[in-house]
Amino acid sequence: MRNGFSFRRMGAILIKEFVQMRRDRFTFSIMVMVPVMQLILFGFAINTDPKALPTAVHVADNGVYARSILAALKNSNYFDIRAEAATPEDGTQMLDEGDISFLVTIPANFTRDLVRGDSPQLLIEADATDPVAAANALAAVTALGTQALRDDLVGPLASRATKPAFTTVVHRLYNPEGITQYNIVPGLIGVILTMTMVMVTAMAMTRERERGTLENLLAMPSHPLEVMLGKIIPYVLVGYIQVTLVLLGARFIFDVPMVGSLVLLIGAIGVFIAANLALGFLFSTVAKTQLQAMQMTVFFLLPSILLSGFMFPFRGMPTWAQWLGEILPNTHFLRVVRGILLKGNGPADIWANIWPLFVFLLVIGTLAMLRYRRTLD
Amino acid sequence: MTELAIDVRGLTKRFGKKIAVDGVDIQVPRGEVWGFLGPNGSGKTTTIRMLCGLLKPDAGTGTCLGYDVITEADRIKREVGYMTQKFSFWEDLSIRENLEFVARVYEIEDRKARVAATLERLGLTARQEQLAGQLSGGWKQRLALAACMLHAPKLLLLDEPTAGVDPQARREFWEEIHRLSEEGLTVLVSTHYMDEAERCDRIVYISAGKIVTRGSVADVIRESRLVTFLISGPDVRRFLSRLEDKPGVEHVAFFGAKLHVSGRDRAALEQTLMPFRNDPDFQIEEAEPSLEDVFIHLQNPNGKADTLPMVNA
Repeated sequence: MRNGFSFRRMGAILIKEFVQMRRDRFTFSIMVMVPVMQLILFGFAINTDPKALPTAVHVADNGVYARSILAALKNSNYFDIRAEAATPEDGTQMLDEGDISFLVTIPANFTRDLVRGDSPQLLIEADATDPVAAANALAAVTALGTQALRDDLVGPLASRATKPAFTTVVHRLYNPEGITQYNIVPGLIGVILTMTMVMVTAMAMTRERERGTLENLLAMPSHPLEVMLGKIIPYVLVGYIQVTLVLLGARFIFDVPMVGSLVLLIGAIGVFIAANLALGFLFSTVAKTQLQAMQMTVFFLLPSILLSGFMFPFRGMPTWAQWLGEILPNTHFLRVVRGILLKGNGPADIWANIWPLFVFLLVIGTLAMLRYRRTLD
Repeated sequence: MTELAIDVRGLTKRFGKKIAVDGVDIQVPRGEVWGFLGPNGSGKTTTIRMLCGLLKPDAGTGTCLGYDVITEADRIKREVGYMTQKFSFWEDLSIRENLEFVARVYEIEDRKARVAATLERLGLTARQEQLAGQLSGGWKQRLALAACMLHAPKLLLLDEPTAGVDPQARREFWEEIHRLSEEGLTVLVSTHYMDEAERCDRIVYISAGKIVTRGSVADVIRESRLVTFLISGPDVRRFLSRLEDKPGVEHVAFFGAKLHVSGRDRAALEQTLMPFRNDPDFQIEEAEPSLEDVFIHLQNPNGKADTLPMVNA
């Protein structure tokens, strides 16, 4: 048995591995925390059938049926009527800025036309940048036609209830054909940048520590800001190369519309890249090895994909998950990139999602600078 | 300008509960080469790192090149060349690229010329395009020395610069150190090699974070009050176990083929060796203790030395 398989030798390896696993607390806690946290986080948070979507109404008719229809919309649970648009333009503005997902317009003389049997039109404009998020709500709307007014249309009007008393006209704005790629491909910019920018900076600094070159760098007269900027700027360029590739693919392979200003997009991407690089730099001040830097990146990347609205409708998540999502730069960036490319958002429209990126950059950048040690202590 | 390149007192550094360096005083006059000796983990590296601003001392005061070690680390970094114990240059850069990087960080004016001159001086010109990671130990060490001299420092702090380097490369390295010293540079070099310690103007011996002895090599040997007998003969290896634990014998160690028996109590030592005097197979002679005898003694001040297979280099 001397040269054959030995259980004792295998046991020796086994014990060594367990001891090493116990020593590497970081990896071990990641291995335990990842499934637990993600089960809780994503298990409860992800919902592909979002309800209570923010809706605004523009009501130009004071009749009784208009009110019944609004009540029916609410009762469907898909629509949360939050605002009343004084003019159709106000409503469109709200859709552009992403404050609402639906704008319901009840035209003038709706009640009169309905009583006459003229089948008036109920207009629903939907933000279809994410076709999945809007799909179920829009399906619910079509069912309204026969049910909403069942209780109202009695007596002489009962005949009106047999066929749909009004027509529902749905306008899928920004992505009329409901093409998923229009939503996913611009979103990919955010995901790819999050992944590479955070990882690459976190690894680049940790590599210096792991290889011992950090000691040398610290012994030289270099200021932390010089080191941070010097390390980050090359990767900003790499980030823009990635963006260029995705945008070219979006344009020429997937025919994604590019309604807004590319210059504005490039500017917004700059802020987003900076925010991610600052986070990577912060990770590098925490991680002791490149492996840990990698693990932290993955830990951050998963919510950036799942909770940001990239994969699943943001508004389908419970409030606490939405709050978590609001912290992630990718959440804001996705709104910006979709807003610019698909909706043609201008600077004023995207500001609501740009300032959180600046706040993130400031907070994380400051933390990173504070944590960056100029000594080996 | 003070006359002392390094002038620190009571330098102390703790890592958690462990005191790595405990109240170290070092005064090195400008232009001298000082050796920094002591066993592994005695606090040499920590002391050097405090001197060049890489670690913040928990206690103690002092200056390095006239700059305060606690508040003026930036000024110190500009004028000190520090060579780390572990090779710490970028292995994916070539020799030239490493040097050019260093030159840029120090904002050296005539960069190209300085890099070229340094390459030439250390015989690296022919290999300048080679990646640092592909160099052998001796060449890596030359690159490291070139890089830490590039900004014309006034003080060199070398942390075991010759560990793992072959004798020829070590000799050339020390010739360079002496050339630099003649040009007025102050050098503090930590080492485990006795021949290197003997090349220094003064040595400082540190153990468990405290300075145990200091002075010229002759001073250190004299102050140890050690008496050493050399025993040689065909079967001398048997002697080792027979002498251990005997009265007066503080340590026994082989140096090449000879056994060194040392202790501070001459009378007891001679008494112990008496029975062997008449054995024709062995020659016993008294000798001046070597620096290594002294260091083994210092490492084990109250007891027996480990009989490590030491080679007198």
